Amino acid sequence: MAVFGSGGSRSLGGRGPSFGFRFFCYALLSVVLMFYDKRGGWLDTARYGLQAAIYPLQLAVNSPSAAWRWLEESFTTREKLQAEIDELRGQLLNQQLATLRQAALEAENATLRGLTQAFPEVIAKRLIGEVISVEVSTLRQRMVVNRGGNDGVFRSQPVITGAGVLGQVIRTGPFSAEVILITDAEHALPVQVLRSGVRTIALGTGRATSLELPYVPQNYDVQEGDVLVTSGLGRIFPYGLPVAKVVKVERDSTQPLARILAVPLANMESDREVLFIWSHPDHPASPASDAAVAVETEGSKPVVKP
Amino acid sequence: MSYTRGEPRWAVTFTVLLALIVQVIPLPDWLALVRPSFIGLVVIYWSIFAPHAGGIFAPWLAGLALDVFKGDVLGQNALAMALIAYITMSLHQRLRNQTMVQQSLFVFAMLTVAEVVVWGIQGWTEQSVSSSWRWIQPMVGAMVWPFLSLLLSRSHARA
Repeated sequence: MAVFGSGGSRSLGGRGPSFGFRFFCYALLSVVLMFYDKRGGWLDTARYGLQAAIYPLQLAVNSPSAAWRWLEESFTTREKLQAEIDELRGQLLNQQLATLRQAALEAENATLRGLTQAFPEVIAKRLIGEVISVEVSTLRQRMVVNRGGNDGVFRSQPVITGAGVLGQVIRTGPFSAEVILITDAEHALPVQVLRSGVRTIALGTGRATSLELPYVPQNYDVQEGDVLVTSGLGRIFPYGLPVAKVVKVERDSTQPLARILAVPLANMESDREVLFIWSHPDHPASPASDAAVAVETEGSKPVVKP
Repeated sequence: MSYTRGEPRWAVTFTVLLALIVQVIPLPDWLALVRPSFIGLVVIYWSIFAPHAGGIFAPWLAGLALDVFKGDVLGQNALAMALIAYITMSLHQRLRNQTMVQQSLFVFAMLTVAEVVVWGIQGWTEQSVSSSWRWIQPMVGAMVWPFLSLLLSRSHARA
């Protein structure tokens, strides 16, 4: 490691510049870095490279838990596996029954909307990624996934699990991506109550098990047990992905807004596998199409704006 | 290169990498909240006992790596680490002769300085997520210091 202390590092002995001067240089460099990183721009490219540089370290951190899971899997008994297969078969059957009428319903939906044919699937492409067990930050809800720019993952890409929305890509490296979860205190997600069509915004709380809906007026129709789906506004998530379930609605008549808490459907803490999704641009539910907003606002439901 | 002989460069590199790993191993929340800055501790150790092995560049680089790891604004931990390395190096001869308790107090002060720097920068760059638990971490760091410095002293021949 020639980089460490190369050159005249004997400053106390009188050779080379003093510690003070070199500290000043590094401090200046840090401030410049901070300034440009805050503004965004060319440093993003540098960061992309740096992400690649730390990827081996992340894998090293991940290796003990990965090894443990591997061991656990290798020593699973036959009975256990059989039980798991039976359970999965049952689940598969249920899923098949649930989607049995899907094609017919989609055709019917197209007819009702006066269209000549049904739309293609809104999720055009999906990619499975595995979560790397690295603590990004104690107070933030973030995770690192082993898919990156080389796999086509891009910034602001929706990330979901089988149960619901997990978050979106906030930063990519060549081999890995950092995902901000919907429960992160800095994340806000446009949602819609499936039952009543009320649109609002779900804010993260910083805790893995709760979301906040602070912008719903008292008299809007939101009840405990309501399912929230993505509203398709915001141009990131397609319409209709399940997000959370409302668990608490507090209405205080002295306040203009109701206090609503919801629990995310995706399990932030234990899901190991996540899905990156690409939306079909021609589908009206796709976040990229302007038709999406037009079609969905036709229903004369009030659009809630915080 | 004769004057650099005996400087534990490999030990420095290895322990800094190890500290980085320990820094980001996932822990249960209550433990993670009190996890001290191991990078800070290792930087202080090498600044006292081998100030020429890493210079200020190695602490700076370690801090930068931490920034990349945590997705923070680049340079904040780098600046904090460079600062405590600089202060520690300026005082390293005096610190070598102090008792473990005095060193621990110094470590507490340094980790607090680093935390204040990072906290200040986070405020300036409007990264809103913070908790008052962060002020406990330097204290835990000071308590960990005697064990860590004993452990690290085995990795190199002390002058």
